[in-house]
Amino acid sequence: MTRSADRRAGSDDLGLRRALDDRMLPVLVAAMAFLAALALAGSGGASALVKHWQEGAAAAVTVQVPTPSTLLPRTDGTPGQTRLDRALALLRAAPGVAQAQALSETELTELLKPWLGSGGAGTALPLPAVIQVRLTGSGPDVAALQTTLEAAVPGTLVESHGAWVQRLAVLARSLQACAWLALAVVAGVAAAVVMVGVRTGLLARRESIEIVHGLGATDGYIAGRFAARATWLAGLGGLLGALLALPVLLALATLAAPFVATPQTAAALPVSPTTLAALASAWLAQLKTMPAELLVGLPVLPAAAAIIGFFTAQATVRGWLRRLP
Amino acid sequence: MGQVANGLRDMVRLEAVGLQYERAGRPGADALRDLSFEIPDGGFRWLLGPSGAGKSSLLRLLHLAVRPTRGQLQVFGQNMSHAKRGDLPDIRRRIGMVFQDFRLLPHLSAFDNVALPLRIARLPEDQIRADAMEMLRWVGLAKLVDSRPAELSGGEQQRVAIARAVVGRPSLLLADEPTGNLDDVQAERLMLLLREMNRLGATVVVATHNEALVARHPGRQLRLAHGRLVSDD
Repeated sequence: MTRSADRRAGSDDLGLRRALDDRMLPVLVAAMAFLAALALAGSGGASALVKHWQEGAAAAVTVQVPTPSTLLPRTDGTPGQTRLDRALALLRAAPGVAQAQALSETELTELLKPWLGSGGAGTALPLPAVIQVRLTGSGPDVAALQTTLEAAVPGTLVESHGAWVQRLAVLARSLQACAWLALAVVAGVAAAVVMVGVRTGLLARRESIEIVHGLGATDGYIAGRFAARATWLAGLGGLLGALLALPVLLALATLAAPFVATPQTAAALPVSPTTLAALASAWLAQLKTMPAELLVGLPVLPAAAAIIGFFTAQATVRGWLRRLP
Repeated sequence: MGQVANGLRDMVRLEAVGLQYERAGRPGADALRDLSFEIPDGGFRWLLGPSGAGKSSLLRLLHLAVRPTRGQLQVFGQNMSHAKRGDLPDIRRRIGMVFQDFRLLPHLSAFDNVALPLRIARLPEDQIRADAMEMLRWVGLAKLVDSRPAELSGGEQQRVAIARAVVGRPSLLLADEPTGNLDDVQAERLMLLLREMNRLGATVVVATHNEALVARHPGRQLRLAHGRLVSDD
C-alpha cells in the first residue's frame, strides 16, 4: 500500500498547514493571552483588595470613651459602673457586634507612640479609653449605636471606617470594570488577528477552495477545515501566553501579598527564599494567595483562545463562501 | 421531472437560458443566449463549436458553477435557477467534471486528488482507498499515486483529473476538452471509459474540438456558435 493510501481521512485537503502560518498567528494570540492574563490579574487583585478591606477595616469600629474611670451614678443616685464598663456592656449587648475589647494601657501607648513618643501614656494628658469593636457580617446601625452610647455615656465617640472603605471599594470596583473592559478589548483584538489570518489563508487557497466547492463540499466542510486549524493555532498561542504570564503574575502576587494575605496565608509564605527549592516552594505558597478568578482564569485562557479561533474562523469562512454559487 | 418523446426522464433541461458574466460589477456580454434543449437520463452528447462559442460556459452552468441569468435550468429534475444555495452541494456531488486545465490540488498527491470527492462525501476510509486505487489503476497511474501534480506530465495530470471525475460514479459526467493533453491511445481509452460510464447509466456531455474523435465515436451533437445553439442532432 502506498504512503498516500495509508493516510487517514481528515487530511489537510486545502493545504492549510502552509496557508495558515503556524508562527505569526500563535505569537500574536500569545501576546493577547498575556495581556488578558494581566487584565485578569488586575481584576482579581482589585476584587481581593475589596474583600480584604471589607473583612478588615469595614468590619471594625473604634469607640473613644473620655474619662473612662469616672463612675456613673445609678438611678438611685449611688455610684455604679465606670463609663468604660458601661460603654463596653452596651456594645457587647448591641446586635451586629461580634466582639468589643478595650485597648490595654500598653496597647494605647504603642498606638500613640508616633504622636506622643514612648512616654506618651505617662503624660498628664487625659487620654480616652479606646474600644475596638469587631462587627458581624451586616454590622449594627452605627448612627443608632452612637445615639445609644451618647445617651448612656455622654461624650463617647464612635468612629466608623466604613465610609472610607466604601470609597476605596468603589475605586477598586472601577478598576475591576476597567480590567474586564481591557479583557473584552483583548478578546476582540485576538478575534481580529484570527480573522486577518483566516482571510489571508482564504486568499492563498482561493483556487483550492473553488475546486473543493465544485466537487460538492458544503460550507461547513470548508469552514470546518479552517476552524480546526485556527482552533489549534489560537489554542497554542493561548497556552504560550498563559505560560509566559505565570511567572509575572507570581511576582505580582508576591508584591501584593502583604496587602491581601490573611494572617494564615501570610504565615505560610517563606520570608526570603535563597535556594531554587525554596523559591519553588515560595511560588507554590504564592499560588495559594492568588485570587481565585485568576487561578481559574489562567488555565481557561488557552481554551478561550481556541474558542475564539474556532468561531472567528467559522464566521469568516462562511461569510467569504457566500460569494460562491 | 420532465418527459421526452422516447419516454426517458430528462437529466438536463434548458428553457431559454441566458448567461451573462459580470465584469467589475457591471453586466458584460452574453456568454450564452436563449439555449433550449434537453438531455435524457443516460444520454450522450458531443458539445461542439469554435473557441468562444460558449462550450465551457455551458459546462460551467451544468456543473452549477454559475447560475443562469435568464431562463430555466433543470438538472436531475430540480430547477437550478431558484434552488437554495444549501441544496447545491448534494447535487454537485452527483456531477463529475473533467476540466480543460485539470484543476488538481497542487499540494495533494495523485491518490489524494482522486480520493477528494469521496472524502467530501464522507465515505468510509476503506472504501475510499479501494475506489481511488481502482480508478488510478484504470487510468494507468498505479505507480504514481504519491506523485504531486507538479511531478506529473500534462497527460498524467489529465488522467488524474479524469479519475477524480468518475471515482464517485456520477449520474452526470461533464468533460471539457478531456483528450486535449492525451495521446491517441490514451484518448481512445478515455472514450471507452466515457462510453462505459454512459452504458452504465451516466449521462455524458463532452466538449471538444477534435472532429476526428467525434467521427470515430458517433453520437448526438449540440453545436454552439456565439453563445447560441445552432444545431441539436
